[in-house]
Amino acid sequence: MSENTATAAVAPTSGPPGESRARRAVTGFLGSAAGRNTGLVVALVLLCLVGVITAGDRFADVDNLLTILRLASVIGVVSVGMTFVITGGGIDLSVGAIVALSSVWATTLATQSVANDTHWLVLVSTAVAVGAGCGVVNGVLIAYGRIVAFIATLAMFAAARGLAEIISNRKTQIVNVQGFTQFFDASVLGVPVLIIIFAVVAIAGWVVLNRTTFGRRTFAVGGNPEAARLAGIDVRRHTVLLYTLLGVCCGIAAVMLIARTTTGSSTHGGLYELDAIAAVVIGGTLLSGGRGTIAGTVFGVLIFTTLSNVFTLNNLSISAQAVAKGAIIVAAVLLQQRLARRGDT
Amino acid sequence: MTRSGTPLLAVRGVVKRFPGVTALGGVDFDVRAGEVHCLLGQNGAGKSTLIKVLAGAQRPDEGELRWQGEVVSFDNPMDAMRTGVAAIYQELDLVAGLSVADNVFLGHEPATAGFTRRTEARRRTRALLERLGHPDIPADRDAGRLSAANQQIVSMARALSRDGRLLIMDEPSAVLDQDEVRTLFRVIRELTAQGVAVVYISHRMEEIREIGDRVTVLKDGRTVATGLPARDVRTADLIKLMTGRDLEYVFPDRKPLDPTASVVLTVRGLAAPGRFSGVDLTVRAGEVVGLAGLVGSGRSEILEAVYGARKPSAGTVEVDGKRLRRGSVSAAVRAGVGLCPEERKSQGLLLDQAVYRNITVSTLPAFARFGFLDSGAERARSRELTTALDVRPPGVDRAVRTLSGGNQQKVVLARWLLRECRVLLLDEPTRGVDVGARSEIYELIRDLAQRGVAVVVVSSDVEEVLGLSDRVLVVREGRVVHEGPAQEIDESRVLDLVMEGTAA
Repeated sequence: MSENTATAAVAPTSGPPGESRARRAVTGFLGSAAGRNTGLVVALVLLCLVGVITAGDRFADVDNLLTILRLASVIGVVSVGMTFVITGGGIDLSVGAIVALSSVWATTLATQSVANDTHWLVLVSTAVAVGAGCGVVNGVLIAYGRIVAFIATLAMFAAARGLAEIISNRKTQIVNVQGFTQFFDASVLGVPVLIIIFAVVAIAGWVVLNRTTFGRRTFAVGGNPEAARLAGIDVRRHTVLLYTLLGVCCGIAAVMLIARTTTGSSTHGGLYELDAIAAVVIGGTLLSGGRGTIAGTVFGVLIFTTLSNVFTLNNLSISAQAVAKGAIIVAAVLLQQRLARRGDT
Repeated sequence: MTRSGTPLLAVRGVVKRFPGVTALGGVDFDVRAGEVHCLLGQNGAGKSTLIKVLAGAQRPDEGELRWQGEVVSFDNPMDAMRTGVAAIYQELDLVAGLSVADNVFLGHEPATAGFTRRTEARRRTRALLERLGHPDIPADRDAGRLSAANQQIVSMARALSRDGRLLIMDEPSAVLDQDEVRTLFRVIRELTAQGVAVVYISHRMEEIREIGDRVTVLKDGRTVATGLPARDVRTADLIKLMTGRDLEYVFPDRKPLDPTASVVLTVRGLAAPGRFSGVDLTVRAGEVVGLAGLVGSGRSEILEAVYGARKPSAGTVEVDGKRLRRGSVSAAVRAGVGLCPEERKSQGLLLDQAVYRNITVSTLPAFARFGFLDSGAERARSRELTTALDVRPPGVDRAVRTLSGGNQQKVVLARWLLRECRVLLLDEPTRGVDVGARSEIYELIRDLAQRGVAVVVVSSDVEEVLGLSDRVLVVREGRVVHEGPAQEIDESRVLDLVMEGTAA
């Protein structure tokens, strides 16, 4: 995973081998790619140790671990999309609201009856299409309307949840579509489908960010939009694509949430924007753009979810969890800054 | 200068190390009150680090600074300013949005019991601007909306407001046109007459002769010569000191242009309101066309409009007979047009990203299959190009930020070489590039033309435009006022054309 960051200055094959060069390569490697993720791995392992010590078998139980992963998968899919937007120099505050709107729209009586008449994929594609649509609106407002991302998505944050409330009349909509619940409740080789979806999204996200022209352009647009534009990249179009991609991720997350709760609701996805941004940032993606890592984001999500689990098992309040989350964000970012500084020289 | 006695500032054996590099390996020189002391050296010779040490932004690892004979150590820029040393950096550090007066007194606002005395600040700012010969700059204007030249004056006013007695100026002329440079020199002369010392950094030999008293040359972080008389020392000697080799400051030979060569770039009636109008331009394959003009004459804007980065209100741009969509960079790039922008760092490069990524950024689809990049091939092609262009240090995985100005420029050129573009637009191709690398870049541009590329060069350096181009267009106030072969016009005639009607 040495390709994870734009600055990973590791060149195993180039140039004549020299001592200082080798040393630089080693420190660069430790500092940027592995080092950053090592910190996250250590944090996760420590958390698990705390879980085992305080909750014993209740924590270290296959069912409990699968619960953690199932909880992580919904916010995880959103966070993967968020990694793209932040790497591309943007921010999206509306993801939670988009998840809510998608879940509501996909579970209206009308949608459900069409789905029952045809196939449950209608429900899935409705959620994804609504998410994508919201993403397009965000992207167009930001790229072509020249509204600052923070403001444009703040507007979407308010409007999408409001629309979800109007459509659902603030009522929870129970899902009763043939095949849908069965499909998403199933497991493959003991692994629940939700977790598999998260894994597929994360791997696809990694490949797209690190191995494709789209990913490379994302780094360029986030690192220096003016230089990217003058190098011939259509920065505005790319920005729209980034927000659309995140919208699609929100739609997928909405489907997963509908499956997990068997409901669509305008209250779904509360505070997802903060959880996703926090996971992305502690994962090592630069909030100012130009540097991003999917693997870091996945670790960030796992750390937060495990933390919640350990707190819940120990009967600690949600409020205490929030305080711990805040502390972790600050600690992780401080640690990363230190590592990054060491890696730069 | 035959002033004797203790120097104002004595630098003795200063060493500054960064992890893995020794930026300064022993620097010695003296600055006397009232003199202009020029600092010369190639990019990477340690000038920037030295400035930071003198201005208190970095602490030396060894050596000492003596201010009027007393050993001083600056913990931070504030310390240095209190002593009387102020640096005016290349990237001007004014706060846009604050007024000129607020900027001048930023950090030491005249105040009573915590309340700023704004009238007092404005009055003193006006006095300082007057002393600098610029009573025309309004003290309450937003500093971000001043021209680069006036921003420089404001920076100097800020230094003087702290009772600065030693001003360090890092390539001040890089952002100024000739008229403004003249004003700057007048200001410098007035300041030195009042006993202020100036450390002046520039790549331009003729400026050093005109304004400098003594010269110190740095090479690889060490002083190789100090106290040379600026007016009498031979240019060739200075270049030899800087580079360690004999080097003539020459332009490559022009090859006679093939009269049958096809016209690649055709611009007709290009106009942008308030910027330029009625610009016609044709460039043949293999031809280098220069645009000469003052900063603000519209020359850079013309390039941007040709490239689609600025939308013209009228006119057409054709490449190989095909008309480009107006105001679309993508269309221009697709048609084979490349631009090396004026502000290399902010407009040209992804500074924190690897060299190879900067080279391939405009050619990504060529390295991709179904959108998947072959980064091995990217690195291999980039390595070929950086070897051919002699980018130093080698290594395509290094972040571009770590390269010197000249080598960064080569990376931008490599990008368009890889793209095999038909038209190359170069805006100030040698700004911030040292003497050694400059000739290499000239060779490279000529070489590109030889391969059939149509090249357009914009430069403030008239000598450069004339030396490099086959044909020259002179731009004044947004209009082309002269067009002809470069051999048939000389520097003074170009200057006449450029200045005509602008002399107030």
